[in-house]
Amino acid sequence: MAKRFLRWEWLLVALIVVMSVVNTRLSPFFLEPTNLLRASSDFMEIGIMMLPMVFIIITGNIDLSVASTLGLSASLLGYLHNAGWNIWLAAAMALLAGALCGLLNGALIARLGLPSLVVTLGTFSFYRGLAYALLGDQAARGYPEAFTLIGQGRLPGTRVPYALLLFIVLAVIFTLVLRGTRFGRYLYAIGNNEAASRYSGVPVRRIKLMIYTLSGLMSALAGMVLAARFGSTRPDIGSGLELTVITITVLGGVSIAGGVGTMVGASLSLLLIGITRFGMGLMNLQGQVQGIAIGALLILSILLPQVGGWLAKRHVWGRATLLPVGAALLVAVAFGWFFFWSRGLMLAAQ
Amino acid sequence: MFTNGVRLFLLVTTVAVLAACGGAPAAAPTSAPAAPTAAAEAPTAEAPAAAGANYVLVPKNLGNPYFDTANNGAQEAAKELGVTVTYQGPATADATQQIQLLNSLIAQKVNGLAISADDADALVPVGKEAIDSGIPVVTWDSAIAPGGRQVHINQAVSADIAAVQIQMASDLAGGEGQIAILSATSTAPNQNEWIDLMKTELAKPEYAKLELVDTVYGDDDDTKSYSEAQGLFKKYPDLKVIIAPTTVGIAASARAVQDGNLIGKVFVTGLGTPNQMREYVKSGAAPQFALWNPGDLGYLAIYTLDAIHTGKIKGNPGDTFTAGKLGDYTIDPDGVVLLGKPTIFNKDNIDSFDF
Repeated sequence: MAKRFLRWEWLLVALIVVMSVVNTRLSPFFLEPTNLLRASSDFMEIGIMMLPMVFIIITGNIDLSVASTLGLSASLLGYLHNAGWNIWLAAAMALLAGALCGLLNGALIARLGLPSLVVTLGTFSFYRGLAYALLGDQAARGYPEAFTLIGQGRLPGTRVPYALLLFIVLAVIFTLVLRGTRFGRYLYAIGNNEAASRYSGVPVRRIKLMIYTLSGLMSALAGMVLAARFGSTRPDIGSGLELTVITITVLGGVSIAGGVGTMVGASLSLLLIGITRFGMGLMNLQGQVQGIAIGALLILSILLPQVGGWLAKRHVWGRATLLPVGAALLVAVAFGWFFFWSRGLMLAAQ
Repeated sequence: MFTNGVRLFLLVTTVAVLAACGGAPAAAPTSAPAAPTAAAEAPTAEAPAAAGANYVLVPKNLGNPYFDTANNGAQEAAKELGVTVTYQGPATADATQQIQLLNSLIAQKVNGLAISADDADALVPVGKEAIDSGIPVVTWDSAIAPGGRQVHINQAVSADIAAVQIQMASDLAGGEGQIAILSATSTAPNQNEWIDLMKTELAKPEYAKLELVDTVYGDDDDTKSYSEAQGLFKKYPDLKVIIAPTTVGIAASARAVQDGNLIGKVFVTGLGTPNQMREYVKSGAAPQFALWNPGDLGYLAIYTLDAIHTGKIKGNPGDTFTAGKLGDYTIDPDGVVLLGKPTIFNKDNIDSFDF
């Protein structure tokens, strides 16, 4: 099994190399460090929310409410700032609120045994609704410069954004926790067989409470980074990001069925999606086109291991095998064709 | 146990990538160092710049006829100026997506950005970044707050919007008689400001014979606006004109006039869009209405960008420049350029608009 994880990550590395080469060939602006570092800031909030999402998906659960929690905490920050609070005190309250949002998710899932999909689908609307209740259709603005530096600032003398450093530090911590601690091993155990884990003494409920609380806290942190990057907050801030977070996690080889996945894979997947999006932006592909390409990439990533599994079991070639193989080939070719066809369209239009 | 599967995965992916590379113009060996490739491509990429500057018109989102009309105006300006204008926007009207797009446009070192902002505040940092990188930033339709843009093109000022509606109402009423206003909600700030200014306008001697009998609120709801209009017909049998300074109210009122067989007796005017009002202009229920022309907005935005990019102006308050067919403009002390008076749409010109 360990070998397999390793292979998946190498595959992502290969895709990253291919994407970089293609992007470099198609745009002279891609390989500029200034550009790459500037573009990285568009993905740091997603990255911060992705880290606990890996934990949650490994246990076979999901959290759809991350972007709404982000919105609620950022809105609370704006609300308290408008009310004249010190910005750091307001940020601390916003982080606390995020953790409480996560705790509520965790309590409903772990204590009451409700399915995580339904619970977080509910809080997805609920938390976003609270954000609107706090700010209405107004924006909160005028954050002090010391605060906006979190999202806009760069390491003195370099072009490295603080947010990127923050993500890297967090990613290292999360990786170590997942790989090197009992807590990390419990996550895989729960994902592989929750009932068996419980009977072997794994504190399943407490761990679920912890990972959802952590997810809430990290979403709130992402909310602080995004509010600092925007220099303002509107209640719809970050809406829709949860789908990007889940897409990247799954593309990173974290199985939606639980029990499988690594932090390194997810981080590589973030990089892959990041450079793919940035590259398509440089080629002036339109937003909808980018969505189609990312979607195709995701379907491909889910289809191919299925195909691999079928073949490895040495099934007789039949309809059941040919269908996924054919589908995978079709999507792969369609993706490549689409990528260049849409670029041709753009060139023709100019 | 998955080894074979992974091998196949790699194989399929490689095939897909090779197929993709095959489609690329003059595929280079993947081992070629990146930098020379980039250098070799650079002249091609800059080729359009030699023929003229490359500006980008960024709407709030793609697929909205209003913004598409603005793009038509922008392309007209591009043709006259001999520059390229690319029309590029986010899939949905979302600040996060728009910022991501602007970052990639800054990276491409385009020569100017004309933006309809999805969020006045959130776009300030990215606008600043563009200006600091030497890319002029002009906003239109929806402004970025000062600091994140150099010039904002304002479509119309409230006083002009109020004046044109009273002037149209007076035209339709023949200079005298009862008029009424059908607004959006009673708390809508734009509408309330216009209504106050309309009352000021009505105090002028030339409108002395017009009598404003009532102001009702349709809440920007089609059904409610329709029944409020019917209520006005009943309550004021001599009513000549309904002014609806809202796109929902004007269409609902015109339909109420048409359905009530009141064409020629009661006229509807106000603010609307050509596509929505075409039928009523032709039937005579709403012979004329006003709105700014988004095409002119795009046209002026590109002329303003070009004036800044070519160094004719710096984009400071007080700067004056000429924008083709629209004439001369001056940047006011707030860094705003006013497009001009609203455009009146009637049966003679409505078919040349599509938004």
